[in-house]
Amino acid sequence: MFGYLVKRLLQMTLVLWIVSVIVFLMMSFTGDPVFMVVPVDATDAEIAQARRLLGLDQPMPVQYWRFLVSLVQGDFGYSYVFRQPAMTLIMERLPATVEMVLVAMVFALVISIPLGVYAGANPESKISRFIMAGSLLGISLPGFWVGMVLIYLFAVQWGIFPSSGRGDTAEFFGLRISLLTGDGWHHIVLPAITLSLATTAILLRMTRAGMMEVGRQDFMKFAKAKGVSRRDVLYRHGLKNAIIPVVTIFGLQLGDLIAFATITETIFSWPGMGKLLIDSIYRADRPVIVVYLMLVALIFVVINFIVDLVYTLIDPRISLK
Amino acid sequence: MTITIETQTDQPLLELKDLRTHFHTFAGVVKAVNGVSFKIGAGEIMGLVGESGGGKSVVGFSILGLIESPGKIEGGEILFDGEDLAKASDERLREIRGRDISMVFQDPMTSLNPLHTVGDQMDEVLRLHSNLDADARKQACIKMLESVGISQAEERLKAYPHQFSGGMRQRVVIAIAMLAQPRLIIADEPTTALDVTIQSQILKLMRQQIADNGASMILVTHDLAVVSEMADHITVLYCGQVVEQGKTRDIIESPSHPYTRGLIDSIPDPTDRMARLNQIPGNVPDIRNLPKGCNFRARCPRAQDLCAEQEPTLKPQHNSLVSACHFPLQPGEK
Ligand SMILES: Nc1ncnc2c1ncn2[C@@H]1O[C@H](COP(=O)(O)OP(=O)(O)OP(=O)(O)O)[C@@H](O)[C@H]1O
Ligand code: SF4
Ligand SMILES: [Mg+2]
Repeated sequence: MFGYLVKRLLQMTLVLWIVSVIVFLMMSFTGDPVFMVVPVDATDAEIAQARRLLGLDQPMPVQYWRFLVSLVQGDFGYSYVFRQPAMTLIMERLPATVEMVLVAMVFALVISIPLGVYAGANPESKISRFIMAGSLLGISLPGFWVGMVLIYLFAVQWGIFPSSGRGDTAEFFGLRISLLTGDGWHHIVLPAITLSLATTAILLRMTRAGMMEVGRQDFMKFAKAKGVSRRDVLYRHGLKNAIIPVVTIFGLQLGDLIAFATITETIFSWPGMGKLLIDSIYRADRPVIVVYLMLVALIFVVINFIVDLVYTLIDPRISLK
Repeated sequence: MTITIETQTDQPLLELKDLRTHFHTFAGVVKAVNGVSFKIGAGEIMGLVGESGGGKSVVGFSILGLIESPGKIEGGEILFDGEDLAKASDERLREIRGRDISMVFQDPMTSLNPLHTVGDQMDEVLRLHSNLDADARKQACIKMLESVGISQAEERLKAYPHQFSGGMRQRVVIAIAMLAQPRLIIADEPTTALDVTIQSQILKLMRQQIADNGASMILVTHDLAVVSEMADHITVLYCGQVVEQGKTRDIIESPSHPYTRGLIDSIPDPTDRMARLNQIPGNVPDIRNLPKGCNFRARCPRAQDLCAEQEPTLKPQHNSLVSACHFPLQPGEK
């Protein structure tokens, strides 16, 4: 177990290092950030001066080394635009994104698992066909369109939910969280539904496919022969065997939504990371982009690790090696 | 029309009347069980024999209501203690499964859930069908595992199926089937995964358990040697139909149906390991497309023109035998 953790940690570090190289190269080949920091009417001397200050006059390897050292020290530099530490900017917005994504993922799970189990256990029934048709819609409808329709119906027409913003938040260990206030919940429903739609559909289809596969297994019939109730046959015996690929996709989707909730955040004016990222890309605000990319890489690596741990909890044949 | 062996005057524990179970596949209707009738009295063991594809397992699944789409029980009665299980509700069947009737599945490698411990899968039966508390259930599981010959049973309860060999899994499955002391055990090739010595040991144990509980058993196998030691009666299936029934001794000593004769002749002689097996020549016909007349005709040494014309029906023969053949073997005839 300890050996495994050490190995895993080294692996994760390696991945992050590779990402840092890629990020660095990407940054070096996309535009000259020096023009972000100097005034429009700067003289050549001033530009050269700024270049020196930013370290851009050094050879590439030296630049990378400095980049890496500051990454390791947690020093991501100041945003060229906001003149604030890039890390602080991201951290202010991260909770908003994460909480919206988590609510979306909970929605997705609560809906997709029971429906997927039902559709997998009764592939022939009318209701299953209806569910599957619905899931196809969920996959193919673009999120921004669904978001706008939801806003039109629930906010504009019926006034049930607000159409934008995060509502009231409460402080929790210095983080601003909407889920601690009723108003926050009120605001989060529509964006979370919008964000959850495609994931729900994917998880539902995975669950159904898994259940259909498992349904053919002898041990399901044997469980029935023991007198186990239909529900327990499906959930205790079936779902547990069908869930591993669902867990995999769940992990990937979780990372994906945190990284790319941008469109939903834009539609609902949700003050998350996504919007900051877009703004930063427009303005070539390098430090912010770097923090963002490294953070996303870290999130993916950590989720991946947790998913692997979950596998071992589900299946005794999978061991930590 | 049902002609069955009259063994007892009182009500049998299980009586199948003209059971028909068909599978509606894309390639045609598979009449896996097509008019099977038999009776089993309390405390009796009935051997259900026949070659692969004869419909033995489907008979077992039908009794427990475990036939799934595209299969369907098309007709007949399954009278268990006088109650027709073919018409019983799902709820009722669930009560009966595991408690009154249990089944040992054919393939021990796939019968157990890979993600639950052996102990949990055993305990599940007692949770469902007994009022014992957790501790008593555990003791019962340990005792049952030990009695099927698994040592260090308490430790093994915590193990998962993949940590068991095929033979051990088979024993676990048998233990599960016997755990709630059902009145009828359907044992579908219960000892195929075991080597010969353990095979007879397990069979003895099952017979003992059954005798102790006054239970009955349907012993499904293609091995007539096993059946001849264990069973009181034998039912021989061919292409989903009963071709011969009778008391074990009568059948083994002097069968009346050529198919049964063929099965007996193909029992390997245990004293002469080098002897060539007298397998029945030819193959079982395609069950979706059965020939006119007798299904066994293409392989039958006694076949005559009539056999191609007319389907034989079950008729009483010598001793306790009932068989479906136009030209049955006479007592002592080979
Ligand atoms: N789910 C199913 N779908 C279609 N056909 C089936 C199904 N289950 C069984 N059958 C068919 O029913 C017939 C009888 O099958 P069954 O499994 O009862 O034979 P068996 O006598 O148990 O043979 P074996 O000795 O190989 O176990 C076979 O022709 C088989 O192909
Ligand atoms: S009816 Fe004819 S073909 Fe069929 S078993 Fe009897 S003798 Fe053989
Ligand atoms: Mg079988």
